[in-house]
Amino acid sequence: MNAGEQRVRVLVAKPGLDGHDRGAKVIASAFRDAGFEVIYTGLHQTPEMIVAAATQEDVDVVAMSVLSGAHMTLFPRVKALLDEAGAHDILLTGGGIIPEADVRELGERGIGRLFGPGSPTTEAVAYIRSWYQEREAARGQEPSQVSGQTSGQTAGQASETGAGG
Amino acid sequence: MSTVEHDLPPTSSGDLAAEIERKDAELAELRERLRAWEEGAAATPSRHDGFTTISGREIRPLYTPMDRAEAEGYLDGIGLPGEYPFTRGPYATMYRTRLWTMRQFAGFASAEETNERYHYLLKNGQTGLSVAFDFPTLMGYDSDHPRSLGEVGVCGVAISSLADMETLFDGIPLDRVSVSMTINGPAIILFCFYVAAAEKQGVSADQLRGTVQNDILKEYQAQHAWVFPPEPALRAIVDMFEWCAEHTPKYNPISISGYHIREAGSTAGQELAFTLKNGFEYVERGIARGLDVDDFAPRLSFFFDIHNDFFEEIAKLRAARRIWARTLKEKYGAKNPESWRLRTHCQTAGVTLTAQQPENNIARVAYQAMAAVLGGTQSLHTNSMDETLALPTEKSVRIALRTQQILAYETGVPNTIDPLAGSYFVERMTDEMEAEAEELFEQIESLGGVVPGIEGGWFQKEIASAAMRQQQEIESQERLIVGVNAFTDGGEKVEIETLRIDPQVEVRQRERMAQLRETRDAEAVQRTLSALTEAARSGENLVPRILDCARAYCTLYEIRFAMEEVFGAYREPVFF
Amino acid sequence: MDFPSLPLEPDLPPSLQPLLEGIRSGHRLSLARAISVVENERTGFQALLHALLVSGGAGKGPAARVGITGPPGAGKSSLVTAMARTHMEAGETVGVVAVDPTSPYSGGALLGDRIRMNELATDPRIFIRSMASRGSLGGLATTTTEVLDVMDAAGFPRLLVETVGVGQTELEIAGTADTVVVVLVPESGDGIQAMKAGLMEIADLFVVNKSDRPGADRLVREIRTALHYRAADVGRTSVPAHHGVDLARVGRGESRGNGAGEGDTTKPGKGPEGEGKGSGATGRPEPWTPRVLQTVAHAGEGVDELLLAIEEHRTWMEASGELERRRLARTATRIRDVLDREMKRRVRRLLADPEVMGASLDAIAAGGSTPYAEAARLLEELT
Repeated sequence: MNAGEQRVRVLVAKPGLDGHDRGAKVIASAFRDAGFEVIYTGLHQTPEMIVAAATQEDVDVVAMSVLSGAHMTLFPRVKALLDEAGAHDILLTGGGIIPEADVRELGERGIGRLFGPGSPTTEAVAYIRSWYQEREAARGQEPSQVSGQTSGQTAGQASETGAGG
Repeated sequence: MSTVEHDLPPTSSGDLAAEIERKDAELAELRERLRAWEEGAAATPSRHDGFTTISGREIRPLYTPMDRAEAEGYLDGIGLPGEYPFTRGPYATMYRTRLWTMRQFAGFASAEETNERYHYLLKNGQTGLSVAFDFPTLMGYDSDHPRSLGEVGVCGVAISSLADMETLFDGIPLDRVSVSMTINGPAIILFCFYVAAAEKQGVSADQLRGTVQNDILKEYQAQHAWVFPPEPALRAIVDMFEWCAEHTPKYNPISISGYHIREAGSTAGQELAFTLKNGFEYVERGIARGLDVDDFAPRLSFFFDIHNDFFEEIAKLRAARRIWARTLKEKYGAKNPESWRLRTHCQTAGVTLTAQQPENNIARVAYQAMAAVLGGTQSLHTNSMDETLALPTEKSVRIALRTQQILAYETGVPNTIDPLAGSYFVERMTDEMEAEAEELFEQIESLGGVVPGIEGGWFQKEIASAAMRQQQEIESQERLIVGVNAFTDGGEKVEIETLRIDPQVEVRQRERMAQLRETRDAEAVQRTLSALTEAARSGENLVPRILDCARAYCTLYEIRFAMEEVFGAYREPVFF
Repeated sequence: MDFPSLPLEPDLPPSLQPLLEGIRSGHRLSLARAISVVENERTGFQALLHALLVSGGAGKGPAARVGITGPPGAGKSSLVTAMARTHMEAGETVGVVAVDPTSPYSGGALLGDRIRMNELATDPRIFIRSMASRGSLGGLATTTTEVLDVMDAAGFPRLLVETVGVGQTELEIAGTADTVVVVLVPESGDGIQAMKAGLMEIADLFVVNKSDRPGADRLVREIRTALHYRAADVGRTSVPAHHGVDLARVGRGESRGNGAGEGDTTKPGKGPEGEGKGSGATGRPEPWTPRVLQTVAHAGEGVDELLLAIEEHRTWMEASGELERRRLARTATRIRDVLDREMKRRVRRLLADPEVMGASLDAIAAGGSTPYAEAARLLEELT
């Protein structure tokens, strides 16, 4: 791998209590086969756990699979926590059983495309690729900047200030 | 009425050697003519490069007596319905005596709302109930637990205590309606809520009919609604075998399920093998406890998925019955024919429903339902066309039920027993599936058995790679899905009316919980929970202790936690 | 202390300045993004590392780096999780780097180690980072050590590194970690098989995980027997018993492991830079004998004992000067790697102009020059 080359990093996450991970695993494998570096969280993640992983792993994209019908709670919550961590530039996308009207509403609230059942994995791959290229072009190849400071202390700091719980 | 006379060969009376010679000669001639036929067929264009089932099994163009030439005799391998090895059906007269139970899985929102739906379904001719719980309940969380946020009542009904269970069956006589409950990780707790709710109705445990899914092994393998690690979870299941053998003779304490294994992406052969192997594991655990296999094996029931590939699904059910019967009799020494008899519930495959052109799902479900009936199922759930979009509406649930009624009363399919028996193709496929299952059993044995296979992630990996292969076949258009990767014209978005769960359900359920916690006898709660923890530690049967907790209105999570202190929680193995 | 400026590349690009400040003020995303800059060797990454090393860690000295390696299915992630949890419960902060393989077909990777660990991830006392091996074959990614440096500078006193664990020869960890823990399980089959992969040579501690399974005791015996024979060998040939890896070779970046060979002549206590602190003719402590411990990681059993053994190993390393030696060797490796990388970069840049190569080819075609003469001429231009 050449210096300066970067791979798209994607967090594939399964929020909530629903254990149907067939879609998450299929999409994770498809992302790997598309050349992405995929971090898989495993099942039963809280929004806090997903955002902690997204932050520490510095992913470009968070892709959540939600089949439990709890998407109107989970997507906005993860988005809010990402913003709070200063990660405004992470794309939050996903898939699952999500009615059209909800997809539209979530889109208006800053969530990326959501893929319904039967969507080919190639569609999600193409979507992420083009989003990534656009973002990199917008940054003018500059390395990523951190937008928004203050929240989320690193461990070392936390222990020094006694904030570590 | 006229009968057609056939020129039948003489039976047994003739010279045996001459008969064998004549049969050999006939097979030789068939072989010869078949070769010529194959040459001709090979020279004729084929519309596909090679036909396989959805599971990747090769399908030849033609099946003949040659495919059965090596097979064992009719009585040993196929036999009569209701007789060992039960290939043709678990009961002698099958649907001529009694149609299958039409059991639609339902549950949503609160116990009150689901109770209303149950009354509606029973009024419309449904003959059994099947409870779908919400995700928090499936994982053993109360509706007011922080992890339940946003999921209460969304994908099923929220049941957090005996109080909810009483409401769920309000006005439904539990001595007359059989109830199936899809719950696994905390199954023993929900079962006790159910027994206690029946008590409140004045119905004793021995009158209860129905099934609790309670199949934890497939949860680790595929469905992932677990609570405890395998060993304590298996102990709780054997506790239920033991308790139910004595107290609930008409109730199935387990439904060994291939459905979720298949839905997670396995092939038909994997579904068959993993499910039966799990079943054998439960049998062995029961025997290890010191139970007589004939005391609990008759109440073990099964649950299979019915996918799109018509004949493969039929062969799967026929092979399942034969393998189960043989293994119970020959390996585990069961003497009671009831122990050999595999009885199963089936559900059409949710994973085959498409979000595109959703009305087409009605046709898919109808074919799948017919395969289930030709395979000899004892009860059936037909999916609603809109389930891939959201929870089904009342109308779509009604169409799904009507699909079964059309099959039962209009098609004539149930009027003779196992009509596909003797089909060269179906019998051959039944044999092949049995052989495939035997191979997979050996492979699982070589891993050290089911639990080490789970802990090493073997099942999970096998299922995930089968799922990946199917996805690739669809994306490369090797396999066509109508409305998805072919025939997409007319696929303009249909706005199907879908059921939405009011977020107020969660709010109201939290209020109910708060009220319950205030009004119940706090001392009884503490006392029964401590006794349960103690029982978990000492190894005594958990059922009576959990029943005490249920009667004291301890909540689901409280009861779970009382055991978790001893058992620990399960963690998913890493499998990539 | 005066540090030289960094002529390898321009000063820290202004765009990276906020990351540096972010790390200093404890901002987690800044740390994560600084790691990405280093991992991807983006413009300015050397300047960033330089700046971080200049400023040092949180002032508490370098972090203790523990490497966890072993065959697939040994439960490395579970063990790392259990170790991290114990440290956290003791009020310490932990950085974890878990390496997984890159697919040789697509260049992508599926990083699954986090599945085990993510339940800890929301705790401010831990920072977990997954890395893809990106073609590196030694069990780590090319930049894993530098990523650890970033975490170190961010103030994590405990660093745990989990190697790829696909069963290949994963010996690079010996050049990165202060203490190497080799994890085996009863069902990994013949314990000696694992030894053959060179793990014997790099292990400071052995852990038999999943010790509640049959065969655990037998595996412990096998390892002890192998260690015993090895110790006997050592007595005969003076191979350093405490650490099979010849640090002189590590320092030179040559292949590690495969024990014996040249190592036979290396006397205990001799590092590339001569004798380390606390060693030498007098007062040298007993050589380290690798311990064999048993754990059931998912139940947390044996983890306290393991951490204690790691502490004892560390104490021994400090007293014997081994720690200092390993760190010097690591620094030497780093200098060599940076030079190596920089030379390659310069060669690439020089040859990026087709006229340069064209001129050389013309010179050779015209007669009177050879590839060797041309290379020598170009080398002049590089420096």
